Amino acid sequence: MYLHRGSGIQYKSVEMVNLGFNIGDLSFKNPVLTASGTFGYGAEYDDFFDVSALGGIILKGTTLEHREGNRYPRMAETPSGMLNSVGLQNRGIDYFENEIYPKVADYDTNVIVNVNGNTVEDYVALTDRINRLDKIPAIELNISCPNVKSGGMIFGTNIDSARTVIREVRSVCSKKMIVKLSPNVTDVVTFARIAEEEGADAISLINTLLGMAIDVNRMRPALSTVTGGLSGPAIRPVAVRMVWQVAKAVSLPIIGLGGISSTNDAIEFFLAGASAVQIGTYSFVDPSISISIVEGIENYLMSKGFSDIKDIVGYINK
Amino acid sequence: MKRQELLKVLENKRINDDVFMIVLGSKNQLPPMLPGQFVQVKVESGMVFLRRPFSVHDVDYAENNFSLLIQVVGEGTKAISRVVKGSMVDVIYPLGNSFSMPVDAQKPLLIGGGVGVAPIFFMAKVLTNKGFKPDILLGFRNIKSVIKYEQFIEVGKVFVTTEDGSLGVKGYVTDHPVFNSGIYDISYCCGPEPMMRAVAGICGEKGIKCEVSLENLMGCGIGACLCCVVDTVRGNVCTCTEGPVFNINQLKW
Repeated sequence: MYLHRGSGIQYKSVEMVNLGFNIGDLSFKNPVLTASGTFGYGAEYDDFFDVSALGGIILKGTTLEHREGNRYPRMAETPSGMLNSVGLQNRGIDYFENEIYPKVADYDTNVIVNVNGNTVEDYVALTDRINRLDKIPAIELNISCPNVKSGGMIFGTNIDSARTVIREVRSVCSKKMIVKLSPNVTDVVTFARIAEEEGADAISLINTLLGMAIDVNRMRPALSTVTGGLSGPAIRPVAVRMVWQVAKAVSLPIIGLGGISSTNDAIEFFLAGASAVQIGTYSFVDPSISISIVEGIENYLMSKGFSDIKDIVGYINK
Repeated sequence: MKRQELLKVLENKRINDDVFMIVLGSKNQLPPMLPGQFVQVKVESGMVFLRRPFSVHDVDYAENNFSLLIQVVGEGTKAISRVVKGSMVDVIYPLGNSFSMPVDAQKPLLIGGGVGVAPIFFMAKVLTNKGFKPDILLGFRNIKSVIKYEQFIEVGKVFVTTEDGSLGVKGYVTDHPVFNSGIYDISYCCGPEPMMRAVAGICGEKGIKCEVSLENLMGCGIGACLCCVVDTVRGNVCTCTEGPVFNINQLKW
């Protein structure tokens, strides 16, 4: 009731336009999800809006084992962006299953687990654990985290290891599998094709861009890990370009993300070829931005005379 | 419950060279706020986009407003320091935990350094209203950087240190003889981290219970980004949700 922005909290679809999209037989009520690592486990945002009104939420990156993450400082603000090096801090799958899953299972939307590991075996074992959780309809295979010493981006930037981890996870994964790609490669299309060939159900891109900032007063790197992942509005043009490239090359549904902070930002991704979007860093600034964008997309479609979000997916290529 | 709200700037007053006090009013009833809690203020300025956290400095429930002290340290705080009376600012609040209350006849010592005096004032006021008689130790660089000395006198017995001796005892707060009085059971501290570490050290030595309010870099302020962590006996925890106030026996200092 204190939201200043639109009528986000009272959001109700007027059902004049269809916002739904599918990954195979998995339906999403609208094409706006929240990006892993920016939305906690949903509860952090419960005070601000009805999280279940989103198309889906992608939970904080999860690993088999408890991880403390990297040392402070883990964050540095940069022009229209931020660097982070959280390092997949999470309490591991046992804690997730016992303490978090029972809570997130109550959300009336698609709750997706972002899966990480040091080794292919870790990814496979974690996927196997998530297979048993009925209320989780999909995993997002994170082969693109830049902030861990092993695993993460190392898989997502090497053609052979990317293929191996996607193939091995696919062989055990009974859920929908979204592969999250790294932008820190020469040709993102190569990795998108590998994901498609190895049986991914969808592709999400982009994860953060590897970056670095230096504190000139302390004359030290701003982050404890020296390098970190850049997110926020600064990276949006890179993300839109990569979504456009991948959309032309594969036939899988694409979930675009990277620096979306408004409805128009989100629309760019649809026009470039994304079937859905994820809202990331900007949720820190405006906790209810994601639901505002759902409403904004509906208004955009009506104002342009479209009745279905699918009508504008890849529109610039038509 | 946390809320995001547009608040009206009722006043913006310069306190010294680089510190401003802004008073924010709501058209809704203010939520209960506790000393130590903070707010996240949206920055309306070019390339800066993350919110900036500020401790609640004072709350006036009768007038339905509260105040913040804004020290200009960069582009974000500079923009916030320039908000004009009558304009609206986007605030998420109240956030974080609060200082604990002393029990029974405990004698509290409040310690504030620089703009860190912000939550110390609120705490002093609440303690006084609850019948405690807090002493207040304030540390500043020099007499020109003193913040709201007259207001502090109204809520407790005030001691001051300045680094150049231009007001009160010369030196840091930990140089003040008040620590040798042996009358304090509990202390509450907010200021630059080196100061808080020094205060934690001296309180530890003298067996004075001590709580400090941390100011780690924050992305979100609501426990989602995991950027503002502090290393505690329980591992890395978010300053924004598990803090900003920590008992020093929880910190790996």
